[in-house]
Amino acid sequence: MNESSSAIVSPESTTAIGGQARDASAITLTNLHKRFGHDAIALEGVDLDIHAGEFFTLLGPSGCGKTTLLRILAGLEAPDQGSLTIGGHPVTDTPPHLRSVNTVFQSYALFPHLSVRDNLAFGLRMKGMAAAARRQRVDDIAEFIKLGALLERRIDQLSGGQRQRVALARALVCEPDVLLLDEPLSALDAGLRSQLQVELQRTQKRLGMTFVFVTHDQEEAMVMSDRIAVLDGGVIQQVGPPADVYERPVNAFVARFMGHVNLFEIYAADGNQAHTALGWLTLPRSLAPEERKGVLLIRQEVIELDADATENANALTATVRERLYRGSRIEYRLDVGGVTLMATASNLGQRLHSVGDQVKVSIFADDIVRLDA
Amino acid sequence: MAESPFPLAAHSRSISPDTRHLLWSIAPGAIWIVIFLVLPSLYLIGVAFMTNGAYGQPQMPLTLDAFRQLAGFGFLGWSPGNLYTLLRSLWQTVVATGLVILIAYPLAYYISTCREKWRAIMLLAVVVPSWTNQVIRAFGWMNLLSPGTPMAETAQFLGLIPPNMGLYPSNFAVTLGLIYNFLPFMVLPLYAAFEKLDLSLVEAARDLYASPVSAFRHAVFPQTLAGLLAGTVLVSIPAFGMYVVPELLGGGRAMMLGNLVANQFAGGSNWPLGAAGALIMLLATLGGLYAMRKVGKRLGGGEEVVI
Repeated sequence: MNESSSAIVSPESTTAIGGQARDASAITLTNLHKRFGHDAIALEGVDLDIHAGEFFTLLGPSGCGKTTLLRILAGLEAPDQGSLTIGGHPVTDTPPHLRSVNTVFQSYALFPHLSVRDNLAFGLRMKGMAAAARRQRVDDIAEFIKLGALLERRIDQLSGGQRQRVALARALVCEPDVLLLDEPLSALDAGLRSQLQVELQRTQKRLGMTFVFVTHDQEEAMVMSDRIAVLDGGVIQQVGPPADVYERPVNAFVARFMGHVNLFEIYAADGNQAHTALGWLTLPRSLAPEERKGVLLIRQEVIELDADATENANALTATVRERLYRGSRIEYRLDVGGVTLMATASNLGQRLHSVGDQVKVSIFADDIVRLDA
Repeated sequence: MAESPFPLAAHSRSISPDTRHLLWSIAPGAIWIVIFLVLPSLYLIGVAFMTNGAYGQPQMPLTLDAFRQLAGFGFLGWSPGNLYTLLRSLWQTVVATGLVILIAYPLAYYISTCREKWRAIMLLAVVVPSWTNQVIRAFGWMNLLSPGTPMAETAQFLGLIPPNMGLYPSNFAVTLGLIYNFLPFMVLPLYAAFEKLDLSLVEAARDLYASPVSAFRHAVFPQTLAGLLAGTVLVSIPAFGMYVVPELLGGGRAMMLGNLVANQFAGGSNWPLGAAGALIMLLATLGGLYAMRKVGKRLGGGEEVVI
């Protein structure tokens, strides 16, 4: 099977699974606590509402508690404290086999002693569905996920991408209220991965099922999600649509995790002016007294080079220390009076600056965001 | 032969150096097996079809007398004694192996869940008894089971045996001896299987609506099947041919096939009969192995479970 050309979802597919409208389920988490052993805190007071039919992503570094949260949703882990409802029903103490929730595991966890067909049919069989109906459903999902040619294979005869598809199909075929995905793409190479990101998102929209996706890759999270929750140290730092989390992170951790590097501590503030390592900068508005600390975020891509300073823009002079050619864009490491500032320019065919060049830097006041440290 | 610059291409039909090295390295083992296993077995098969001489020595002509005798036809007509022995051997083997599985399966699982330090100690505790001579261990059990011991008194108190009797010699004592003897051979392969158990498969099964019992049946059991079958072979085959335990703990009443065969070569002085018994034992063992392979293949989802 040619992985790079086959899509998870065939656009013309109108099978039972593809065509049907579902009653998706909302999830409510209230004050969840979980620790392992004495001091390893996995979750500390998590409150979260996941809407029905939403592609929701739990994003964070390893050890932030995102996988624990997913396992609590699946019922594979019990919270020490707090409660959980799915579709309005309290399921905090419901064992995993009685929850209408299925998981795509990071390791896929396919049964090695069963064929692809038997793997796909496993959940239906456990639910007690008759053999003929089971067969039909497996055939449908295999067509939907384009696995038809692999049904009689053994698991060890499949490639990584094929296993990923089987794991997804095995969970989807049960038509759960909620589908949980634990870093399902992390073992795949970059090309296949970005292709599957798009297809997974398309599948979710098509089924209207609630997807809860776990990843540590912020780009993956932004591409796929309706909303993202950023976790650190077992605490939810921020919840919001990708654009919110990326453009208006609530604190320095979220900003750094979303890939931002230009963060400058506020030394002092006066009206709409703030003093930082870059000097005095003009902000979009005056800071309230309690806001006169924390950091300022200047996204790499909002920094303009060679532009004449206009009103409401901060003008600086910088020296190019390093130039990184990334194809579609160029990254400059600039030196502003001994302070490093990273700037990204689209590669539009303009003359590139060389190392050592003096450049004029312009930053609109509106593009500067104040955050908590 | 002239040296060719392309040895593999030029001599593709002759034995390659790699193959020759391999043959040399397996030669000692192969020769050992031929001299001490294949040739004696062929001799045994030959003897089984010969006539019993006046002094118990095998002699011509070739007959089926030994097998007829084994089936119970003697000078005084037919008696079921030998068939009983054969059936008792099979029964004892099945019961002992089954009980060994029942004890070893949870034990091996438990050991695999312990901390690393404890695991080594507990495995050692399982294995150490088998470092002692079989005969000595059987005598140990005789002491524990003879009349007047706490175990025998308890059994009398419960009305399981008549007063003033011991628990040996009996079928019970033989079964106990077999279990005691072969437990390590089941625990070790099962422990190896449990140690590398993939728990994510169990979670996947639970996630896919399997109850705890179903999850065991579909996600745990298949992963331990190879270890279970290996243990079953390691226990049942030697148990079937066991000599020491039934001899010491069974007295004359709980003889197994191994004792029957041994008697023909020693006191009974009927080599053809003993050889015939050994041959039947060999065939039963091969049949059992074949059946287990089939069972393994079915339980393993069509996949070959190597024994």
